Amino acid sequence: MSDAHAELRGVSRVYPATGAQGEVHALGPVDLALAKGEFFSVVGPSGCGKSTLLDVLAGLARPSAGEARFEGRDLAGQVPDGVGVVFQEDASFPWLDVADNIAFGLRRAGVDAAEIARRVAYALGFMGLGDFARAFPAQLSGGMRQRVCIARTLVLQPRLILLDEPFGALDAQTRLLMGDELLRLWRETGATVLLITHALDEATMLSDRIGAMSARPGRFIETLATGWARERDSRIVADPAFGKVTARLWALLREESIRAIGAGLRK
Amino acid sequence: MTRLGWLRLGVVAALIGLLEALCRMGAIGRLTMIPPSDMAVALVKLLQDPKMLRHIGETLRNVAVALVLALAFGFVAGVVIRALPRLRRALEPLLATWYAVPFFMFYPLLIVIFGLGDLPVIMVGFLFAVVAMIVATLNGLDRVPRVLGKVARVHRLNGAARALLIDLPCAAPYLLTGAKLALAYSFIGVIASEFIMSGSGLGHEIAFAYNNFDNRTMYGLMLLVIVLVTAANMALHVYEQRQLRKRSRG
Repeated sequence: MSDAHAELRGVSRVYPATGAQGEVHALGPVDLALAKGEFFSVVGPSGCGKSTLLDVLAGLARPSAGEARFEGRDLAGQVPDGVGVVFQEDASFPWLDVADNIAFGLRRAGVDAAEIARRVAYALGFMGLGDFARAFPAQLSGGMRQRVCIARTLVLQPRLILLDEPFGALDAQTRLLMGDELLRLWRETGATVLLITHALDEATMLSDRIGAMSARPGRFIETLATGWARERDSRIVADPAFGKVTARLWALLREESIRAIGAGLRK
Repeated sequence: MTRLGWLRLGVVAALIGLLEALCRMGAIGRLTMIPPSDMAVALVKLLQDPKMLRHIGETLRNVAVALVLALAFGFVAGVVIRALPRLRRALEPLLATWYAVPFFMFYPLLIVIFGLGDLPVIMVGFLFAVVAMIVATLNGLDRVPRVLGKVARVHRLNGAARALLIDLPCAAPYLLTGAKLALAYSFIGVIASEFIMSGSGLGHEIAFAYNNFDNRTMYGLMLLVIVLVTAANMALHVYEQRQLRKRSRG
């Protein structure tokens, strides 16, 4: 019996043929074991199945083969209690203001009003949204909307946080600062985090371990341990070891990225 | 009110003033139209007549029943049709051509099925309004972002909770557009039905006044219909704009 907090065992995902499109083997087989409280990132070429991996680990998609487990239980295509997901796309509710967006899951879970108010106030402060509690998502920047979605996930105090390129739409400086916030949240909550990203520097800065995936169907080519201390922030980019880890990732992924985009780029 | 609002109001007032002047000067004959000020006076008198108030009440009740049925049935049908893509593909041509069908030709059939009275009138109002609501529901649900479906699953919402807590509010602006259309169609269906197949109601009273050259009653009631429909539509429009403002930048 594995003591991993969350794991994938021999997981493959094949999308059936639709119309003119034949069957698509998107992922795997992959094995992955996340230790409790670990920050793990997945990097890989476009279309290699990173988001599919996240969907399977979240219970949003059933694997075609293998199994996904969280805290020892088979997910079987159901999102279990204790899992929070932040998506790449804007998933804020445009009809609710920021405070109501953040409180959405708490109300669904039947948490009492005083506790909801306390957790929402804490999340607003923590995410730097204190002045925008009554603003609607349309009045916020893309980064602030993403923070609303992160806050909506975190107030539920998930034990496993899955992030699908949450900073993909942000500029480089904002991404670094959001990365700092994420590291702070991770340290304070003690949650296990799996981050899907296409940004190698982001993965290097944030992670304890990084899984590099091949072109589709995605498989792990190599898993790197960064060796960072738990207390870290974006200033780590100045560390000489940062460049080495990022360079190693690129060395692993360059050929795979060329393969994913097209052989013509080799010339 | 905004400058544009004042401008619109000014245009309407100018047109009414022009009509008033043309009627008063005899450019438009009294048998054709009475001056708008006389219409307003006639309307005030009609609203003091208990018999007329019963007719007005009957029409408003029939419109309300037709509208509520159209909104409820239209939303549920829209949700079901969207959930069944084959059914949707089969129904789409019918929905697209629905308003090309002259419903009034079905009066004899509706009377045979529902008998005389309010029911066939309500049915025509309902049939006129329901497809606007179905189409608006389909349109609105098509625009619910796929990622919100994933969010619903992460929050472990069942189908009904998802429809109520995510799909319905997300599609609300489109549903309001459908509701505005359904309101107008309900009025058209009910009043037009009363015009030719009922012994009571606003439509019947307008037709009766028309046949008896009673222009004061006819135009007074027409003014009432215009005021009612415009006021109801404006109320929905204001609510719709408020909702849209929440969702727009700036």
